[in-house]
Amino acid sequence: MAQASALPVFRAPGSGEPVIRLAAARKTYKTGSIEFEALRGVDLDIDDGEYVAVVGPSGSGKSTIMNILGCLDTLTSGSYLLAGENVEELDEAELAAVRGRRIGFVFQQFHLLASLSAWRNVELPMVYAGVPRDERRERAVAALERVGLGDRLDNKPGQLSGGQQQRVAVARALVTEPTMILADEPTGNLDSHSTDEVLGLFDELHASGRTIVLITHEQDVAARARRVVHVRDGRIQSEEVRA
Amino acid sequence: MNWAETVRTSWFAIASHKMRSALTVLGILIGIAAVILTVGLGLGTQKDVSSQISALGSNLLIVSPGSSTSSSGVRAGFGTGSTLTRADAEALGSKVNAPDIAGVDAEKSSSQELTAGSTNWTTTVVGATPSYLSVRGRSLQSGTFITAKQNSDQASVVVLGSETATELFGFTNVVGQTVTIDSQDFQVIGVLASSGSNATSNLDDTAIVPLSTMAANLVGGSQANSVSTVYLKAKSADALPAAYQEAKSVLLIRHNIATGGTADFTVSSQDSLVSTATSVARTLTILLTGIAALSLLVGGIGVMNIMLVSVTERTREIGLRKALGAPPGAIRNQFLVEAGTLGLTGGVIGAALGIVAALTLPGVIGSPIEVSGLAIGLSLVVAIGIGLVFGVYPATRAARLAPIDALRTE
Repeated sequence: MAQASALPVFRAPGSGEPVIRLAAARKTYKTGSIEFEALRGVDLDIDDGEYVAVVGPSGSGKSTIMNILGCLDTLTSGSYLLAGENVEELDEAELAAVRGRRIGFVFQQFHLLASLSAWRNVELPMVYAGVPRDERRERAVAALERVGLGDRLDNKPGQLSGGQQQRVAVARALVTEPTMILADEPTGNLDSHSTDEVLGLFDELHASGRTIVLITHEQDVAARARRVVHVRDGRIQSEEVRA
Repeated sequence: MNWAETVRTSWFAIASHKMRSALTVLGILIGIAAVILTVGLGLGTQKDVSSQISALGSNLLIVSPGSSTSSSGVRAGFGTGSTLTRADAEALGSKVNAPDIAGVDAEKSSSQELTAGSTNWTTTVVGATPSYLSVRGRSLQSGTFITAKQNSDQASVVVLGSETATELFGFTNVVGQTVTIDSQDFQVIGVLASSGSNATSNLDDTAIVPLSTMAANLVGGSQANSVSTVYLKAKSADALPAAYQEAKSVLLIRHNIATGGTADFTVSSQDSLVSTATSVARTLTILLTGIAALSLLVGGIGVMNIMLVSVTERTREIGLRKALGAPPGAIRNQFLVEAGTLGLTGGVIGAALGIVAALTLPGVIGSPIEVSGLAIGLSLVVAIGIGLVFGVYPATRAARLAPIDALRTE
């Protein structure tokens, strides 16, 4: 990891430097004796406040990019700097802390805990971040109001529609003020009305200066982003930037 | 993440899976209650047996004629009655040679037919000395016991066991009545208080006459001076070993047996009887404990089953918590507290039920149940241990899963 030690500089978000810098990123999966190269040298910079969609067919490596960006998986070679921090050098506990502090996840399957109420779900990342209890409740309520669910605080996920559940997940993603919101096929399980609701929410968040990375295979979803990165066969094939 | 948060998180998990939590607790609870009850039953029986033997008299040494057991297991001459005499008994009462012996009661017994009016009753007639009551730990229900004067005068008096009195007269208030033994009339001067029966003999079915009377008028002949048993009472439980040695050396000298020679008498203690009987009861306790431990193990396997299922179905939850910033330690601690709480709850409720049952059941089934603090403590430790081992091991494995794999689990 020669590149890793070359860039030890810490960059604050909003300084104009990229919050994400993926350099010569390679990822190889091994299943028994079979090796599969999911990423074959990816370079990707994302600046603070950008709204980026990573698009590609299944098997293209976009899910691997999502896992790497989300610190859910580590690279085989290459480097990943998140807000100036070299993620490849961190141990498991430090990675967990980075995920909790830097990244807000929105998953296709929502991944809400069925036994907890909406605000308890939103509170969860703050529990692990060590935020005091009173403040947690306050911030969770504010985040749910932000996504238009101020009247559903005590509902459990089962009592909410799919669109509402995904909005709870968005509230959970933004409650920690993360460096980046990372959404993996966030509309994959939603009807068109709910899709519009959630994507509208992302537009608003982007307008208020949040960095959003959206992984999707749907062109019309990707079309909402300002910058679209096309991935194919483990490489970045093309990029387009819209006004 | 501090412990208060961990406990709160674990509590949410327990409360939101009520059925599963209840089943886990139930499995442990039944095992613990079973252990406490069966161990209690075994210990209760053990205590019951030893207390019945203690009823024979406390700090007691028993000297019987005959040598100790030969290698083939045959006791040569045991109980034939010629090697132990009344003079031996008097020597054992010496305060100089046997200072640790507080009381001596020489006895000579034989089975005789007693007659009162037209009623016959065959029982063990015991010729005893006035120290019988104190040495054997007995007391009188009514009347008086044989006095030293009656013993030296070969008086024709008898003290009846309560059951013997009832058999002969139909009631126990029989002081002043006359009983015929071997065609001789004996005046009833007292009735023994009931002491309960033990496994080998009925202590309430007996008739006591002065030893001298027994020797002169009932058995007599060449057997006149021999006694069948000498009971010795040591000064205290602590003095028992010393009293044992003194009795042995006094008799060895009187019988002219060199040190190392084969003694023609046997000194045995209450302790050896108790230990024989309690070892039987202990075997019973071990057997019962084994069965209880098995039931606890089965309960534990049930708990493991529930916990494994729980971890499998919660793998996605674990993955999500890790994605949201939970370090592996926090996940492990959550399951640790969760499983420990379930184990402890099951253990405490099981112990409470076991104690309540141990206190109420003896009235129903008639067997004593001894509540053992050790059994309760140990089973609580085992309960928590079951929760931790069977709950945390799978959880630790899940906590080590890459979060993305855990999240993808369907």
